[in-house]
Amino acid sequence: MRRRKIDVAALPGAAATQVDDRLTLATPLRKAFNKVFPDHWSFLLGEIALYSFIVLLLTGTFLAFFFDPSMQDVQYNGSFTPLRGVQMSQAYSSSLHLSFDVRGGLFLRQMHHWAALLFMAAIIVHMLRVFFTGAFRKPRELNWIVGILLFWMGFLEGFCGYSLPDDALSGTGLRIASAIVLSIPLVGSWVATSLFGGEFPGDVILDRLYITHVLLVPGAILALITVHLALLVKQMHTQWPGPGRTNRNVIGVRMFPGFAVKTTGFFMMVFATIALLAGVFQINPIWLFGPYRPAVVSAASQPDWYVMFLDGSTRLMPAWEIRFHLAGHAYMIPAVFWPTVVLPGLLTVLPLLYPFLEARFTKDRQHHHLLQRPRDVPLRTGLGAMAVTFYLVLFVSGGNDVIADKFNISLNAMTWAGRIGLLILPPLAYYLAYRISLGLQQHDREVLAHGIETGIIKRAPDGRFYEVHQPLGPVDEHGHSALEYQGWSVPKKMNRVGALVPAIRGFFFPVERAPERELPEAPISPAPDRQEISSH
Amino acid sequence: MSRHAETEQFDVDDPRLNRFDLVREGARRDGVRIVHYEPRFPVPGTKREKRVERTVAGLFLLGGLAATAFVVGYIAWPFHYVPGANVNKLYTPVLGVTLGLTLLLFGLGIILWGKKLLPEEISVQERHGGASPRDEQRLTGATMMNMVDELGIRRRPLLRRAALLGLLPVGVVAAAPLIGGFIQDPNRGHILAKTAWRKGIQLVRDDMTPIRPEEVSIGGQMTVFPGIPEGNTNKYGDSPTLLIQLRDEDAAALRNKLAGVNQGSMWRNFVAYSKICTHAGCPASLFEQQSNILLCPCHQSQFNITDNARPVFGPATRPLPMLPITVDSNGFFVAQSDYKQPVGPGFWERPDETTQD
Ligand code: FES
Repeated sequence: MRRRKIDVAALPGAAATQVDDRLTLATPLRKAFNKVFPDHWSFLLGEIALYSFIVLLLTGTFLAFFFDPSMQDVQYNGSFTPLRGVQMSQAYSSSLHLSFDVRGGLFLRQMHHWAALLFMAAIIVHMLRVFFTGAFRKPRELNWIVGILLFWMGFLEGFCGYSLPDDALSGTGLRIASAIVLSIPLVGSWVATSLFGGEFPGDVILDRLYITHVLLVPGAILALITVHLALLVKQMHTQWPGPGRTNRNVIGVRMFPGFAVKTTGFFMMVFATIALLAGVFQINPIWLFGPYRPAVVSAASQPDWYVMFLDGSTRLMPAWEIRFHLAGHAYMIPAVFWPTVVLPGLLTVLPLLYPFLEARFTKDRQHHHLLQRPRDVPLRTGLGAMAVTFYLVLFVSGGNDVIADKFNISLNAMTWAGRIGLLILPPLAYYLAYRISLGLQQHDREVLAHGIETGIIKRAPDGRFYEVHQPLGPVDEHGHSALEYQGWSVPKKMNRVGALVPAIRGFFFPVERAPERELPEAPISPAPDRQEISSH
Repeated sequence: MSRHAETEQFDVDDPRLNRFDLVREGARRDGVRIVHYEPRFPVPGTKREKRVERTVAGLFLLGGLAATAFVVGYIAWPFHYVPGANVNKLYTPVLGVTLGLTLLLFGLGIILWGKKLLPEEISVQERHGGASPRDEQRLTGATMMNMVDELGIRRRPLLRRAALLGLLPVGVVAAAPLIGGFIQDPNRGHILAKTAWRKGIQLVRDDMTPIRPEEVSIGGQMTVFPGIPEGNTNKYGDSPTLLIQLRDEDAAALRNKLAGVNQGSMWRNFVAYSKICTHAGCPASLFEQQSNILLCPCHQSQFNITDNARPVFGPATRPLPMLPITVDSNGFFVAQSDYKQPVGPGFWERPDETTQD
């Protein structure tokens, strides 16, 4: 018999055949490889959130090996001398140990914290993108809902994590959280005592937050991300309008290799940003705050940024408490209930309903795969601007004591400014955004009809001055072109239609010779009586 | 169907086809048209292509260098905490900068590779969204309805009711151990209404030493804890109290205004208020001597200490409860009793003080 020769080059092919023989993968696999992704910078925002989450999982796993959530009282005797001999919880002590006595521990802790901040920031900016471009419209309402759930899960996860080290700040946050739970009518005191295993702070809450932080919520987030991405794959990505792009296609590059290479590079960049931030900028220096003690005060204590808006709403809330008697017993609804339970409730329900409300009011039952420019939907843009302003006023108010202190303004004045601003600024923002949208729309139409302003002023023989316009299409006898607005950006500068010489390549030295300059043709069919606009 | 016919005609073994023809056909079958596909450098080996190649290679090599620096720094740089300014403090920045650079360089290299070396491509994929064909919907609907009928739930009301009735307790059984273990009665021991203070318990400092009246300066304040074992720990989180000696005129003002439950709680010019903010429980203890205002740092509620610690600004609604104090035969401060009102944040069934006084 002839000896069988092993052909190394054919091995992968042979292996693939074997796998396919068993799993019938050829068609679905190729389909996945060939999936087309559209490209636009604004589509990267969600990716930032996803990659931050991966960093969170990696760093969090490391931290979990060293952190101990026990609330048992211990005496610290690690290497951070200023706190030696201080009584503290085992949780705080192990956080200090992790920061000072574990090689690279502080770096990974700071990476974890920065990644969390970035995660929430990316989620919010991504949601704004989706909102303002109408990407939530049919058939993507479900994914919008999943996104909102992801935001709140991230919020909860962040809060739990912030509470774990048991330093003065996290204890204060937890104290307020317990007051928020207490404020819920009817069941508040039962829920609070049950959560804390008795009176605040008790000795079980950190263990409970820990398992929530490392298992329950991350599990939920992972599941939601899976659904989010599965829906994205199933429904395919939206795209901006543009040449050839319709509601029935996606134009871009295939997943492999083009999209995959780019997104891998982008993942590295996100990871790099978090590493740089974690190395260079200190975050949550728990050793400066000391252990949590209910009597110890810390001025200017701020929560993580994504909680600030709730802090702000709590600060702005007037001292309104509802008290009443029923069958000889007194009952009350504390002031904290409204800004910390009702408001977040509204902030969840309204966005959840928004896609359906919009569809209802616009009577729009169509499928939409093309994005809208914010200017083309002034009403939605106005509402969004209103919401953002509302949020910003609350956010700024969450730090109003710091602002009052730094700029020497009275604290009470800051609070009143916040209260009034919360009522006045959002409608103002609505009005402005609405008007600006209309203005931008009109300008687009104007350029389409009259052409681009060239900045060249000419004087007619009769002494009149006029500006030369470069039409974007064939013109009628009045010099107007009848171009239809396509929902995509209209060129408004001459170099956007090729009036400038292309830049010469090369960083320090040119690597190519400048092409002979000739007047470029306008990409859109030139007007018959085109003006000579550049001088040689 | 024309698509089917085309598929039939396409012979993957046709020797005239090159590999890209196969790629194109595969994409076509997946609903993707590759409408534009062109190498970045039509003539291989030009100066520009070489240059891009060198740049990408350079980025990767530099990335490797930064990674090496990270590993060396990680192992060799001293990291233990040493007080004062020293190189140990640079451990984290060294790790951050080297790791950041590593990833940044690799990321840039990969992106450059993708942008400058991969072929230029525009592909168009058709969308097949929307509802399933009507016949498919009908068929699935019928299958589902048939399931219901097969079970006979609609025809057998007895079975249906029995199943529901039986399942209800089963559901509770599933939920009970999950939730039941947590439940604690807030009314047991009246934990929300009571603190550790009792008649005769000394007011002590953080180091558990008792306090004589002359040890508090006029207009000064001091945080005090119940003088019981662990009285200054988080076990008694609602007990910290602020002991203040008022100036004569302020004390007189307060005495004139003492509200019902607070009557008889002062000792001479001394007054003791709960430190736990009635808004959300932060320690309300930034004391402004001039204006006699206690400020809570969390949401800036302000309490007037010459008027029963009534809230004068901010979201707090209720005054800070006053601890009835006196001085015992040894000359140390002691509590006359527990607080007469619940300390700290409000809750649904909190007793109303207006009914108490
Ligand atoms: S906790 Fe004191 S003002 Fe909110």
